[in-house]
Amino acid sequence: MGHIIIKNLQKEYIERRKVNRSLECPYVACGEANVVFENINLDFEEGEMVCILGPSGCGKTTMLRIIAGFEKASAGNVIINEKTVTGPSSDHIFVFQHNALLPWLTVWENVELGLRHLKDETKKKGGIQEYISMVELDGFEDNYPYQLSGGMQRRAELARALAAEPDTLFMDEPFSGLDFLTHMKMREEVVNMHQYIGKTVVIVTHDIDDALIMGDRIVVMNGRPAYIKLTRKLDYPRPRNYENMPELSELRNDLFFMLGVNYAV
Amino acid sequence: MKAIQQPLLFPLITFSATLLLWELLALHSGWSEQVFPGPVKVFVGMCELICNGAMLRHAVASLFRVTAGFYLAILFGIPLGILLGRWRTAQQFLNPLIQFLRPISPLAWIPLSMLWFGIGDKPAVFLIFLASFFPLVVSTTAAVQSINPVYFHVAANFNFSRYEVVTKIIIPGMLPSVLTALRITVTIAWLVVVAAEMIAVKSGLGYLILDSRNALRMDYVMDGMIVIGAIGLLLDYVMTRLNRIDSIAWASVGGR
Ligand SMILES: Nc1ncnc2c1ncn2[C@@H]1O[C@H](COP(=O)(O)OP(=O)(O)O)[C@@H](O)[C@H]1O
Ligand SMILES: [Mg+2]
Repeated sequence: MGHIIIKNLQKEYIERRKVNRSLECPYVACGEANVVFENINLDFEEGEMVCILGPSGCGKTTMLRIIAGFEKASAGNVIINEKTVTGPSSDHIFVFQHNALLPWLTVWENVELGLRHLKDETKKKGGIQEYISMVELDGFEDNYPYQLSGGMQRRAELARALAAEPDTLFMDEPFSGLDFLTHMKMREEVVNMHQYIGKTVVIVTHDIDDALIMGDRIVVMNGRPAYIKLTRKLDYPRPRNYENMPELSELRNDLFFMLGVNYAV
Repeated sequence: MKAIQQPLLFPLITFSATLLLWELLALHSGWSEQVFPGPVKVFVGMCELICNGAMLRHAVASLFRVTAGFYLAILFGIPLGILLGRWRTAQQFLNPLIQFLRPISPLAWIPLSMLWFGIGDKPAVFLIFLASFFPLVVSTTAAVQSINPVYFHVAANFNFSRYEVVTKIIIPGMLPSVLTALRITVTIAWLVVVAAEMIAVKSGLGYLILDSRNALRMDYVMDGMIVIGAIGLLLDYVMTRLNRIDSIAWASVGGR
């Protein structure tokens, strides 16, 4: 489960400020279209960890929100498991760029959101505990999000997402705002989590290293309107490092160049 | 350091100084005791009113009206506020009307309320309802609108029903701001009850003041004022305590 097909996806925003009120265009809905991206065609296999890479502002968040059903595309469609996406669903959980734990609920209650449908209380409790343990938050069940560090909040949100047992997990810049060490550790945990649950994970990032270290497939977006510059399957064993994998290191240089940096360090 | 250990010290000094100033003014103002009674006479009057049960009866009557009007305002105002906060169309229709009615002082409604509800508790309760209703609607609407939209996305993602969106997102999300609004509103309601009781009723602290003035008992008038002040403080204290409950602690640490 978790096969994603994206067909001819396009998104444009109408810029109201540039509305040109002529006779042909008397209504508010017309104005200058700001095309964020167009002609996006992608196919993600089941169980893949996909990293969508691109500079800030190129439309990664917008695209992920459309794939997850939070926003409507201007054209084209997204098909997950043979079904066209029409709106959000607990079959595909979105982990938001900024902390989206409900601040008035404890860690336990937040994780419980994913398991609400379970009737059997003992099964439910066991499930909640299992996911909390998976992200190593034992002992913090009764803490409110504001009592946790940034990294712990991300992990709690990850536990909540996993608890819903989705076919697909979408993560928007899951490591942004974390300090370097927490970033490295979270990255490792997400890779382990993915290998453990084996579900499709789509991660949006602007960090080339994140994409190369984690992805089974990388998709590079760039341009205005944005288009797919590159999509490549990465068949390298994990854990990955640049020293032992010269091809990966070469690809890294190519990616930097592709995104406009001449001398990668 | 000492002052922090004795939080009552400074207020005590202020109150004693006020009493002294009051006594001096009463003695040297040249007005008679009937017009400007001193603290001693007022204190004696207070004892009389408490002993014959009048003070308790009036205070209870006022508190009952405030409670009834305030609860009615909560009952209608908060759901309406939620509706307006979530549903743009409803807001576009109703907001102009609410904004128009809001600045009309509840006291301007006195003639109509007497005509509609006759004499007794009803017109007073109606005035208190009006005084609390509009501020509650407006602040609930604002509170709901300022809930971070990402929480509604989470609700959609986890397949929340409409009912769950209300109980699990909207109510907890608006609670901190709404509790603050309740605190302000109860003060307004308490201000209005006194005025409302000066018409159409034969009980309550407002009536006590009006009746005592007619009897030229300025000491009783002052007793009424003192009790109004004390109960007002108490109401505010209770509402402040409400603002410290655990489930809204997230809001005061920049959780949002
Ligand atoms: N609500 C919106 N209204 C108008 N334009 C928008 C809106 N959201 C995003 N955009 C446009 O889409 C572009 C891409 O935004 P976003 O998807 O957030 O980029 P990224 O996540 O790659 O940094 C932005 O540069 C902006 O011009
Ligand atoms: Mg983004």
